[in-house]
Amino acid sequence: MRHLLSTRDLSREEAIAILDVAEDMADAADREVRKLPALRGKTVVNLFFEDSTRTRISFEAAAKRLSADVINFSAKGSSVSKGESLKDTAQTLAAIGADAVVIRHGASGAPLVLAENGWADSNGISAAIINAGDGTHEHPTQALLDAFTIRRRLHGRGSRGRALDGVSVTIVGDILHSRVARSNVWLLSTLGAEVTLVAPATLLPVGVREWPVTVTYDLDEALDAIPDVVMMLRIQSERMHAAYFPNAREYSRQWGLGDDRLARLAADSIVMHPGPMNRGLEISSGAADSSRSTVLEQVANGVSVRMAVLYLALSGQRELAEPTTTHAPSVTNAGSNR
Amino acid sequence: MTTILVKGATLADGSGSDILVRDGRIAELGSGLSDAQAEIIQADGLLALPGLVDLHTHLREPGFEQSETVLTGSRAAAIGGFTTVHAMANTSPVSDTAGVVEQVQRLGEDAGYVTVRPIGAVTVGLEGQQLSEIGAMAGSRARVRVFSDDGKCVSDALLMRRALEYVSTFGGVIAQHAQEPRLTEDAQMNEGTLSGELGLAGWPAVAEESIIARDVLLAQHVGARLHICHLSTAGSVEVVRWAKARGIDVTAEVTPHHLLLTEQLVSSYDSRYKVNPPLRREEDVLALRAGLADGTIDIVATDHAPHPVEAKDCEWQAAAFGMVGLESALSVVQASVVDTGMLGWDDVARVLSRVPAEIGLVPGYEFGIAVGAPAEFTLYDPSASRIFGVNDLHGKGVNSPFLSMPLPGRVLTTVHRGYLTVRDGELVDAETVAGLAGAVSVRG
Amino acid sequence: MPARTVLQQADITRALTRISHEILESVRDGDRLVILGIPTRGTVLAERIAAIIRTVSDQPVELGTLDVTMYRDDLDRNPTRTPAPTQMPAAGIDGAVVVLVDDVLYSGRTIRAALDALQAIGRPRYVRLAALVDRGHRELPIRPDFVGKNLPSSRTERINVHLAEIDGDEFVSIDGPEQGEPA
Repeated sequence: MRHLLSTRDLSREEAIAILDVAEDMADAADREVRKLPALRGKTVVNLFFEDSTRTRISFEAAAKRLSADVINFSAKGSSVSKGESLKDTAQTLAAIGADAVVIRHGASGAPLVLAENGWADSNGISAAIINAGDGTHEHPTQALLDAFTIRRRLHGRGSRGRALDGVSVTIVGDILHSRVARSNVWLLSTLGAEVTLVAPATLLPVGVREWPVTVTYDLDEALDAIPDVVMMLRIQSERMHAAYFPNAREYSRQWGLGDDRLARLAADSIVMHPGPMNRGLEISSGAADSSRSTVLEQVANGVSVRMAVLYLALSGQRELAEPTTTHAPSVTNAGSNR
Repeated sequence: MTTILVKGATLADGSGSDILVRDGRIAELGSGLSDAQAEIIQADGLLALPGLVDLHTHLREPGFEQSETVLTGSRAAAIGGFTTVHAMANTSPVSDTAGVVEQVQRLGEDAGYVTVRPIGAVTVGLEGQQLSEIGAMAGSRARVRVFSDDGKCVSDALLMRRALEYVSTFGGVIAQHAQEPRLTEDAQMNEGTLSGELGLAGWPAVAEESIIARDVLLAQHVGARLHICHLSTAGSVEVVRWAKARGIDVTAEVTPHHLLLTEQLVSSYDSRYKVNPPLRREEDVLALRAGLADGTIDIVATDHAPHPVEAKDCEWQAAAFGMVGLESALSVVQASVVDTGMLGWDDVARVLSRVPAEIGLVPGYEFGIAVGAPAEFTLYDPSASRIFGVNDLHGKGVNSPFLSMPLPGRVLTTVHRGYLTVRDGELVDAETVAGLAGAVSVRG
Repeated sequence: MPARTVLQQADITRALTRISHEILESVRDGDRLVILGIPTRGTVLAERIAAIIRTVSDQPVELGTLDVTMYRDDLDRNPTRTPAPTQMPAAGIDGAVVVLVDDVLYSGRTIRAALDALQAIGRPRYVRLAALVDRGHRELPIRPDFVGKNLPSSRTERINVHLAEIDGDEFVSIDGPEQGEPA
């Protein structure tokens, strides 16, 4: 696997492989020495054009636990705010030497454009591009850590090799603007889960009925089916002022996961949220802090999943120049004759 | 004083003919013509089409010379078989006064490759607030007849009404860029299933169709002529068809790229495919072709929109909208509607020469290649085929969506005002053309 | 050159039995004995050794697996490798006698990686190495404590180990490059 740009392009086998490697990474976190030397000498650049402390820190922790060197670039107050282009920013960092570029950008498709043009390549080595969120398009590592979290909650230590066949997942919120929703829809359906989307019509994309999902406007109807997983998405403040719904109060009443809705879930249903949460808006404190909530596990699992992604992207033979979108991983299992 | 003898060409109606050009006019047609003074051009197997007239190009000068100049744009036009182009008004300063339009016209005359007809802005600064000096521009040396805020929509209904009425005072026409701004804020591509998947803000078809519907009714109400730029949706074709059936005086254009390309190309996030109005669905492409074939759409116009490299060498959202199209227009039209059997070459002459000239009130193209008519024509080889490449582009812009595509046909010769601007598939050099242009002007 | 069988099933069983007894002899009363197999075939051998020890003595023996993928020194010279699980006994390895078990000992780099992996997990009292086959050509100063069979080989030859639990059949064979095949 060279780049990780989307979950849309991941096959079932590739997705399970990433989750399984993440299990090993999670195990390493329990040891006395949490560091693994696998990526020693490699440089990972965090290229964040959008503010995001938590995702950036997660990738940073992941890279450091694999003994890689980390360089952080954030756009605020940098040359980008003075008008430097993506191309020039990437080429500057490449000149410093990057084996992997973790990029978060406000424009959908920016990581693909970066990968296709090879702007982060230098010294004949093509940098692996990891999408940490592009516009409203995809956030693949978020979907992977969400799938990992669901898998672990369902199967514990017996998660290796498993998909999510038959697991019912209901995603609630601003689907239209959510890259987390899109990445989750593709990955969850690839892994065999049944996905339902709940939102007002103004927050659903045109053509959403072509997606491999069931759609409903009614949260109570969706919860009556007692889904295994309820995933709440954050409502951004910008949406409040753009006529997608009248006001926060009405949104919360119709589509918020309050304590009474929480009570209607099964005891082992799980409640997820990618964070940061608007407590009292899309999710009540009661729901966020309940035993069903996986919010903190998602954060911890994020590091393991990102370690797996970095390991799979950066180990293996280095390729030259021509970057392409994700391939099937060329993975060999340990054999004899060492 | 040039004399040119084209031997053995095929005219648009399929008949064979020699063409003798003398003193800027077509002196003789027939077979076995001869003239000792003439430069001979062998045209076996070549199609002689009347000079193409583009009702919609962006020449960028004054103000955006890094993207294109009147000279470089004229050269791109000539190699595409064009002999007249209309230059849109979104320059800097905007072409909203007699001074600017006369400047653009003079630049075209001095360059000499094509007749440049400046288009005047409908509103001052293209701001959509106040009518520009339409009368002054119409009466200027540039004799502007087409007025457009293209790039932007004249979206205020009252202002559009006034513009339609006022322009008819001077015998002109408003060319509307139909795009309801409130429905397309920050829009990036056609709104549909694909835009939802790609995470790009959508540009819904209704934003175009609703403006056209409003404007044809306004045109009917005030009895004015209306032209709609770059139709892109099946619904727009239906609205125009309905309007024509009611006798409304509306004309419409379609770009070559909207006749061939669909939104699927946007999946690559390659901003060469970013254009306004956006590439649409397969159904829309087919409806546009049918509309062109049945006359609902009157003409093809390129909307040639050059941009500097850095405006496209970036992520989709940051990229400029627009594609160059002068050099590839005839080939793309051949590929999309001629080779598919929907239009014949005489229809091509109609939609790319006679009717655009009619709409823009450009004299000299009424009869096409006919004895006594001005010598404006192009020789085209429809049997050629090439992989369209950067070498085929002759303006400053390389933002063509057709690079690396196999395309049929090639322009080999273009004659403008009786002299050659393109010979053997190559542009005649600028100094020579400028000299020839100057000589013709002196002669009057 | 066709493959030449050097150990049959019975030979393998005999070798593992001898290794198990040697391990027992080296352990003192009161020592905690931990057998760690290195995936893939080392884990099978470790299980068998532990089973034999339990049959012939009442020395308590704990079993685990130690995957060394993350500690290899050739990660960027070969295609990406998937790690296998590492499972330590519940009581950990601090102060224990750890015996690493692998099928073939060759350059020694795998064992070096195993020692690094162990260091991240705990501090054994001492670490011993058991290998079914030692084929020579060490590149690091690593030596086995318990060996099933010494098999001098040339670098162009391949050693194949088949174990019933993984491969269905059971043997150790050696074969060389085909005519014209690059070494």
